[in-house]
Amino acid sequence: MAAVIEVRGIVNRFGQQVVHDGLDLEIEAGEVFGIVGGSGSGKSVLLRTMLGLQKPVSGTVRIEGKEVTGQPDRALLAVKRRYGVMFQRGALFSSLTVAQNTELPIREHFPMPDGPLRHLALLRIRMVGLAEEDASKFPAQLSGGMTKRAALARALALDPAILFLDEPTSGLDPISAAAFDRLVLELQRGLSLTVVMITHDLDTIFRVCNRVGVIVDGRMITGTLEEIMKNGHPWIRDYFHGERSRASQQQGQSDG
Amino acid sequence: MPFEVRDEGGRSRVRVHGRWTVAEAGSIDASPGALPSDSRALVFDASAIEALDLSGAWRLWELESGYRGAGGRVSWMPSRPDLLAFIDQTMAGEPEAPAHAGPARTGLEGALQDVGQAAVQVKEGALDLLGFVGVVTAGVGHIFGSVKRLRLPSVVRHVYETGLTAVPIVSLIAFLIAVIVAYIGAQQLRKFGGEIFVVDLVTVSVLRELGVLLTAIIVAGRSGSAFAAEIGAMKLNDEVDALRAMGMDPVEVLVIPRILGLVIALPVLTIVADAMGLVGGAILSWYLVDIPFGQYIDRVQGSISEYTFWVGMIKAPVFAVLIALVGTLRGMQVRTSSRELGRLTTVAVVQSIFLVILADAVFAVIFMELDI
Repeated sequence: MAAVIEVRGIVNRFGQQVVHDGLDLEIEAGEVFGIVGGSGSGKSVLLRTMLGLQKPVSGTVRIEGKEVTGQPDRALLAVKRRYGVMFQRGALFSSLTVAQNTELPIREHFPMPDGPLRHLALLRIRMVGLAEEDASKFPAQLSGGMTKRAALARALALDPAILFLDEPTSGLDPISAAAFDRLVLELQRGLSLTVVMITHDLDTIFRVCNRVGVIVDGRMITGTLEEIMKNGHPWIRDYFHGERSRASQQQGQSDG
Repeated sequence: MPFEVRDEGGRSRVRVHGRWTVAEAGSIDASPGALPSDSRALVFDASAIEALDLSGAWRLWELESGYRGAGGRVSWMPSRPDLLAFIDQTMAGEPEAPAHAGPARTGLEGALQDVGQAAVQVKEGALDLLGFVGVVTAGVGHIFGSVKRLRLPSVVRHVYETGLTAVPIVSLIAFLIAVIVAYIGAQQLRKFGGEIFVVDLVTVSVLRELGVLLTAIIVAGRSGSAFAAEIGAMKLNDEVDALRAMGMDPVEVLVIPRILGLVIALPVLTIVADAMGLVGGAILSWYLVDIPFGQYIDRVQGSISEYTFWVGMIKAPVFAVLIALVGTLRGMQVRTSSRELGRLTTVAVVQSIFLVILADAVFAVIFMELDI
């Protein structure tokens, strides 16, 4: 399998503070890849770098073989159509309804009559488990879980091959979080997506991720869950072998 | 069309080919053609599809269900794309509900509705303002009860932001307006040989009206909008609720310091504007009608009564209260969206300028009745 996302030697610095120090990462097609790391370890910076929103000090990011780093926006457009992003707090446009939020990227890139546009948006809204009447609601009228789902519908608007999720289950109760995890898995299988998620939620990691990458000391340690669990790094040991973790593992196994 | 229907004797073959992706989804006409009358068996041939994504699959699904709805028995070769099964799952159980808008309105009905809605909004706007004035008055009352509630650092910050930083622009505009008044005055008064009255004209108009009015309008544009935008952004970010949850009164923390700050800043700015206006008048009087500086000052002294300066000054705090009230109220009214924030900021500026001019007119009538 070819690497869909290839990150090579990324260095990010803010003033004196070195966030990434030669970070490498490869994500293959069809994977659900979880990025883990302590607060301030540069998960969000890595995500922004992969999306081409932030230019690293050095290093390269390739998405489907195309270089992302240091490209002008125009050149990035083709790459940007291949990925969808769900931001942590949704980032839904507050003056547009859920349906309009979902229609927006389609309308922008592929002009089409209102009828089919509406249908494509409704299909996605239904796909993420929202009801049809939610389509005409404004973001301020949605609950936390619905906001995440609406944001996911918008992320899927352009039929991306890659889905980036920033803390998909943060702020959700465990039951909603589990439902959201199931939804992500269903969509990943149904649409053959490659999913890259940043998450703190151990339950989510055990339930949905095939492989995990941990950012420690500005670099990334990747592997399957079993491999990572065996890793001796103190932070990883604390993270994966704490009390919370044991409960999550048992639950993940019984769910799976 | 990226699909063709061929009659193959006993069954129809629907050959689907080309690209079926989000880029083409809008242009594909997925309405099924008429079924060949002798047969209801359809074979979809998917082997020539070059690209298929969810949006394309949706159109394909529509085509398929169109034929099914017309009584066709559909089979696939080599196999049905997985995405179609995924759409089946998604659409299962829910009947297709047409996206319906409200009932269409006729021209007259619509116009009447708009007028009615606008009237209701005006009423609600007036009630809101009245209620807000009450809440703020109560808040000011509390401050008199306990000086601790007066947030001095915040007040000082707003005096600085609305007052000190506005000095350059207010000075410049007051100066230029005085120049314009002097220039036009000199031109007109020359016809009567009364050039010397240019000084009276500039002095009285700047001190009584123009100084305070222009300052208030500039401040409404600068600070009225800033108040609305600051507080509105805080509302959107739940910061106002956070204050409330921590047991702080948003009116006391956000609104009253801004009002007090502006009540202090606007009169000071007015004095600056008056002074700059008189300077502009002096320069133009010397330049246009050869009045030396000393004589100008004598003439200014002669033209004003004991009230002239105070007639202008007394308006400043009133204008300040109006501008700050409207700005903060509109900010507080932002609830859900960033578009509302923009709209209400605009409303704050327009309304505060309107109210300032209205109040100025009321003052003019009062002063006329008082014979000042």
